This record gives sequence, structure tokens and C-alpha cells, in this order.
Amino acid sequence: MNTATPSLGVVMLCHTALDRAAQVARFWLKAGCAVALHIDSAVPQAQVTALQAELGAHPLLRMAPRLRCDWGSWNIVAASQSGAELLLREFDSIGHVLLCSGSCLPLRPAADLVTHLNANEGTDFIESVAVDHADWITGGLSRERFTLYFPFSWRKQRWLFDRAVDLQRRFHISREIPRPLEPHMGSQWWCLSRATLDAILTHPKRKRFERYFKGCWIPDESYFQTLVRLHGRRIESHSLTLVKFDRNGRPNLFYDDHLQLLRRSDCYLARKIWPQADKLYQFFLTDQARKMPPVPPEPAKIDRYFELAERQRTEGRAGLYMQSRFPPDDSGQAVTAGPYSVFSGFDQLFRNFDYWLGQVTGNRAHGHLYAPERANFHGGAEVWHGAISNSAALRDYNPRMFLTNLIWATRGERQCFSITARDHVPPDLMWFMAKDSNAQISLVSGCFLLPLFRGEYKPDDVLAHVAWLQKREQHMLSVLQSRWVRADVRVWTLAEFLNAPESNLQSVAAKIAPDASIASQGLPNMQSLDGLEDFLRALRNKGLPPVLLRDFEGRTGVR
Amino acid sequence: MGLKTQFKLRARRQAKLMRALRKSLELRARVNRTDRIRPDDILCFTTLRNEYLRLPYFLDYYRQQGVAHFLMVDNGSDDGTTDYLEAQRDVSLWTTRASYKASCFGVDWLNHLQWRYGAEHWCLVADVDEFLLYPYADTRPLHALTDWLDSQGRKSFSAMLLDMYPKGPIASQPYREGQNPFEIARWFDAANYSIKRNPLMNNLWIQGGVRQRLFMADAPEQAPALNKVPLVRWSRKYAYVSSSHMVLPRGLNRVYDESGGEQASGVLLHAKFLDTIMAKAGEELQRCEHYAESREYRAYDLTLREGQNLWCEQSTEYINWRQLEILGLMSKGDWA
Repeated sequence: MNTATPSLGVVMLCHTALDRAAQVARFWLKAGCAVALHIDSAVPQAQVTALQAELGAHPLLRMAPRLRCDWGSWNIVAASQSGAELLLREFDSIGHVLLCSGSCLPLRPAADLVTHLNANEGTDFIESVAVDHADWITGGLSRERFTLYFPFSWRKQRWLFDRAVDLQRRFHISREIPRPLEPHMGSQWWCLSRATLDAILTHPKRKRFERYFKGCWIPDESYFQTLVRLHGRRIESHSLTLVKFDRNGRPNLFYDDHLQLLRRSDCYLARKIWPQADKLYQFFLTDQARKMPPVPPEPAKIDRYFELAERQRTEGRAGLYMQSRFPPDDSGQAVTAGPYSVFSGFDQLFRNFDYWLGQVTGNRAHGHLYAPERANFHGGAEVWHGAISNSAALRDYNPRMFLTNLIWATRGERQCFSITARDHVPPDLMWFMAKDSNAQISLVSGCFLLPLFRGEYKPDDVLAHVAWLQKREQHMLSVLQSRWVRADVRVWTLAEFLNAPESNLQSVAAKIAPDASIASQGLPNMQSLDGLEDFLRALRNKGLPPVLLRDFEGRTGVR
Repeated sequence: MGLKTQFKLRARRQAKLMRALRKSLELRARVNRTDRIRPDDILCFTTLRNEYLRLPYFLDYYRQQGVAHFLMVDNGSDDGTTDYLEAQRDVSLWTTRASYKASCFGVDWLNHLQWRYGAEHWCLVADVDEFLLYPYADTRPLHALTDWLDSQGRKSFSAMLLDMYPKGPIASQPYREGQNPFEIARWFDAANYSIKRNPLMNNLWIQGGVRQRLFMADAPEQAPALNKVPLVRWSRKYAYVSSSHMVLPRGLNRVYDESGGEQASGVLLHAKFLDTIMAKAGEELQRCEHYAESREYRAYDLTLREGQNLWCEQSTEYINWRQLEILGLMSKGDWA
């Protein structure tokens, strides 16, 4: 391209990191594009002088009159207007004007952009969305941006800003939108054709429109976007500049490690670049990019990258409790990281139940994780995944996090374990599991008596012990049968279970491993219940209130 | 939160600041280069004693991350630490022989230095065996993080203490000067942490890891706190309450999300369990200058002397920050 007849003019709005802005300006100048630099009037004169000295006098470089450009203020539009006017006036050959900021970085060689624009003469590249359909707006206001008054700053006087909006809504205050404007909005970074810009800047009603837009909220996202609809002949409603906003409406920064990501963009520029991202500036502003084999554009990949980050911030990883994520139970998300199965009574009824369960489902089933003595991990391990200790004291210090840690640390492997009435399962943990949709809880009531019946241990005061166990099981049952339950709960009495042990076990196992077949393993070895009736009678005759044993009376008659 | 609590906490913060001022009389400036601090510099504050061996790596680690100046209090070193630090051009050094314990384990001294030199700066409080790891630490300097925190309007950054340990008896792998301690202590406990909310100070109280698993199994509630807020955009109104575990005003402790999302957070890799701890445990037992009657050091002394292995078969070997993020020990949050 001939330096005397640039076909592209670039208006750069700069307010920080002037050295980077200078670097980018040189990039455009070297490629034969005209550049109008606008430097915020808040920048100290010394820095501006240094910048000018660095750039030197260049036939294609112009300095636009300096204004103070606060966020969302009219002056941003005014600076763009004056920069564009300056370029159009001084260089007759310019066909397009590109608006970018000092922290925008070109992603492709300037010649590519110039070629693209030359091939699309008269086309305006500007994101311009009818305001009634713009669903990407963050900050709440859409059409009201154009119909309310905004005397207060949103950034600095948020409270007054909100009250002013409320007040106007209540009194149905509405400004008139000058005809024939149709409010449109979009990214503030555009590339417009000479014809369209001329038409906008020389329109007879320009003063009237300006007065109107000065009262709108964030006019830099709507002034050109609305007016282009009046004059543009061909509009490509897609910005040439890649900007990814976070949920607070601030542009995400790009760093050195985004290099490969940015190479996949289909845009010509990206914003915002972290000023110290040396590698990015080095790569995209030299001819380094051309030396590497080109990669096919995959803008969806970039979108996905930032969507994932957003989701991690808003939803996080379910079941994780850590220093920067600590949701309450009612946050609406799963409270554990994955499905798990809790059994009660089975191992008292069947010999080596955990071994059998492991064989049938292909899992490593634990014993009683909340046993008073220790956490009985699979195979008697002293520590389990994540270095979780089997110490009862450590477990009982925070029983709930013992569970959530275990489920988190073993993601991908379903945990199965047993509990019983004498275990250290506090009421809040019982509630926690019952309300957890990841939990599968299967309970055969009354089995807590079986170890006593078999004489596996002998408490000093049998009666008190049985009463205590009974009470604890009743509590478990009341929790599991409450209307708050979200877990997958199955409760049988001993008699009910024994009516069809095979199909009951099958139904439980199928939920853990859908293709589990207990036919191949057979039933686990059931313990003998002979004499249970006599044992119960003896208990009653020793003075245990009959009401406690009522449930067992019918059940033992099965055998 | 009642007005009464607010006033109580305010009084506590002011008392803490007054105390820091009083305790500052104990500090003697050995070399003060704080006039070199520029407005955007990230500062590091440290109290230490006899750390000559560990200092070279510590200073280099943080210099590489972009810490511009170190403000250090030397509490009576006699192993050449003082002279070594004095010779470093980015270190300002104060010395004192006063009681570490009576200064709330160094908090008062550092509160004063932060009040005096830290205002409006991003300040990092780290002991010589604590190494900050944040998301993207391998590709982005610390300034990238603080710039981003600024843009998010956040004034504090959480980094949980992660105790690292070697495999095998501690004494069998001696630490050399300048060596990366995590070449030796490269194992950690991945998921045995207990978290409770402290409603008064708004912080999470985290305990667990190898210290609770091995040394405090009989008294888990006494295990040391692991929650830390070591990186704060400092103001003269702020004060750390106990080490960098808690800071006032308590809004700064709200570094976690309570609606299910994740805030960005890092980890302080803790290189405590090197062979150097043996000498330290003996000395600290003599001085009784540590928290709760040096209970911790007594436990270390007892168990480590017998050559106990801190490592267990479920220990995890450290790879990088991305591993810790996947394990859920830290989080990128929405920093993309």
C-alpha cells in the first residue's frame, strides 16, 4: 500500500499503558494505515510528550484533541467523532475507519484487514442489535437506556443512580426518541465506511441527535450503532474486535497463556490485553505469526473457555467444600460430589456382606465407616483416598466433612458403606444424607439386635443398651421417612425383607451397578435366626418395655 | 449482625492497631530502604529467626513472582541471617530481641510495618517456609493477579496453608541452601480437611492435613488453623488479628462464595517438614515462644526424632497448580 494514500484509518482511544499503545500505533503506521491517537486528558502531559517523542513525526500520524473520557461518558463518542473527522479530512484515500482502544491488539497482519476491507467496500462492520432483542446486556437496563434521564454516574454514585431510575419508573417519565431513530446497541468497537461516517458526521440533525444521546446511558454503545441504521447500505452486524465480558460487564483480560486461544479467533483485533503480556505483543505485532502454520478459526472454543470460567464462578464444582467455596445445604446444588450407597442392617443379617456387595457390583465396599472404634475402610486400610484417616476422633471432629471429603476424593468410584444404630452418626449427618439426592439408603429395621442376640458383645446393662439402640434406630427411621427426604430410600422391617430377600437385594444392587446380577454370585450367607424369639422373650421378661419389642414379635416367626 | 458486634469488632481492630504502635518501639531499623518503594509495588512482610539456609530460595521465589520489596523483622537471629538480609538491595530489615510470643507471634510488629509502609499496596504476609501459589502462577506474574483483583473490586485473596512433607524419615534428606524445598517435601494430604464457619470473624476455619492426621489425632480441635488471607490491598485501617488467618475489618475474610460458586483462591505451600525442623523443634522447646506452649513443636520433637514417616500410601505427589486446582484445594474462580 502506498503510504501517501492509506485506505484504512485507525482511531485509537488511549488512557493507560501508553507504551503499548505506541507499539500498536507503530504497527498500523508501518502497514501504511493512518492513525489518529486520542489520549485521555487525565494522562499527565509528561507522559504524552514522551509518547510523541517515541513515535516521532510520521506523515500518517495525527493527534486528536484531548478529552476526558470517563467510563460510559459522552466524551468517548465525541473523541471517536473528532478522530474520525480528522482522518477523513486529511486523507482522501481512506475507505474505512477502525475504532479501537489503546489496549486492543491486532490478531492478524494489517494487510489482511486492509484486503478484507477493500474487498468489502462500503460495508460497515459494527455490531448493531435492535434494543428490544439485545439479550446480552449486563446491568439491567435495555430500552430504558434510551428513555430515562441519567444525572448520576453508575460507577461512582450507584445508589443515587438506582434511586433516580426507580423514581422515573414510578412516575412513568420517558424521553422522546427523536425520529427517525430506532435504538440499536452493540460493541463500542467498530469499523465504518467513509460514506456512512460522512453521512453521520454531516447529517443536518447531528446537533439534535447529539443532544439526545448525551442524555442516554453509555452512549458509546449506542450512538454509532443506532445512526448506522439510518445511513448504512450494507451492515455486517459483527464487530471485528473480540471482546469477552465477565458477569460484571467488564472485559476479560488476555494474558500470555491465551496465545493459542487468540490464534483461533476469527476477529481481527482483541481487547483487552494485559499491558505486561509481552509474549502476546511480541507475537502478534511482529511477523512471527506468519511463520507459524495457520490454525483454522474456532471462535466457539474461545466462547467455551470463558463460559467455563463463568460457570466455575457461579455454580462451582458440586460437592466441593474448600477455602473459597462453602455453600449452605439449601444452595440448590448437590451437596456431595457423586452417588453413594448406605446400608443398615444388611451386614448384621448376612455374613461378609461388604465382600459380597463388592463382588456383585464391582465396587470396593467399606464396612462401618462411622463405627465407634474407627472408620472401617475397605480391606482394613488405615488411610483412604485423599489421606483420609481411619481415626475415630478425627472423623467425629467433623463427621459431615468426613463424608463429603470421601465422596469428593473418590470421584468416579461409588462409595458403599454400612451404618447401624450404635455407630457415631449424629442426627445432622443423618439429615444431611437423607436430604442428599446422591444418597441411596437401604435399611432393614431391627437388625441392630442381631449382634446382641448372637452374643458378639455383651453390654453391662443389656436393657438400657437395647433401649438406647432402639431409640437411635427410631430416629434414623423418622428421618428417612420424613417428607424432606431426597435420597433414594428403601426401608424394610426384618420380616418384610425376609419375605423376598433375593429380589430385594437385586433391586438394591441394580441401582449401584445396573447390570449387576446376583444370580452369578448367589445370595450372601445369611446368619441363623434360630432362637431369636426366645431371646426377645427373655429380654421382655427381664423388664424391657414390651412396646419396644412390639415390632419384632411378628418378624421372628418367619423362621 | 448487631450494632453491638460491630462496635466490639471495631474496638478490637483499633486496640490491635494501638498495640502495634506500642510494640513498634521494640523494633530497631537495621537498614531501611523503603524509599525505593514505588506506588504500584507488591510488598512482602515477614518475621523470621535463624533462617539463613532457607532465605536465598525464599527471596528468589518471590522476586520471580514480582514482589518488589521485602520488609522483614529479624527476631534475634545468630546464624548470619541478619548480615545476609542487610546485603540484599530489596530488603528493609528491622531487628528485635523482644518476645515473639508477646508480640502475638510477630503480628504486632508486622501490623505496624504494614500500617507504616503498606497502605495502598498489595501486601503479602508470608513466613520463610510459605510459598504462595496462585492460579496461572506458571505463566502470569503476581501483578496480573493483583490487577485482576483490583478490577473485580476485591481487596483480599485467600491462600490455604498446605503442609508438604517428604517420603521417608525427615532427617534422611537434608536441605541444601538455595534448593527448592519441594524437591524434598513434595507430598501432601489431598482431601482430609475440616472446615467450619466462624460467624464472628466471617472467616472459614480450616484444619486438617498431615499435622492433624499424625500429631493431633487425639485432640483434633487443637490442630493448627490452615485458612489464611495472606494477600491484601492494605489500608491503614486494617489489622491482622492472629497471624494472617484473620484480618479486620472482617469483610476481608469473606474470601469464599456461599451460593455454590467458587471464588479464585491460591495455596501457601508450607515447607515446614524439612530436616531443619529437628534443630528448630529443639530450640523452640527451649524458648517456649510459640503458640499454645509450643505444643506443636513438642509433638514434632517426639515423633520426628523417632524417624516417623509423615508419608502414607494415600499421600499425593505435587505436580503443579493445575493439579491442586483439580483436587479442589484452590480455584481459578472466574479468572480466565
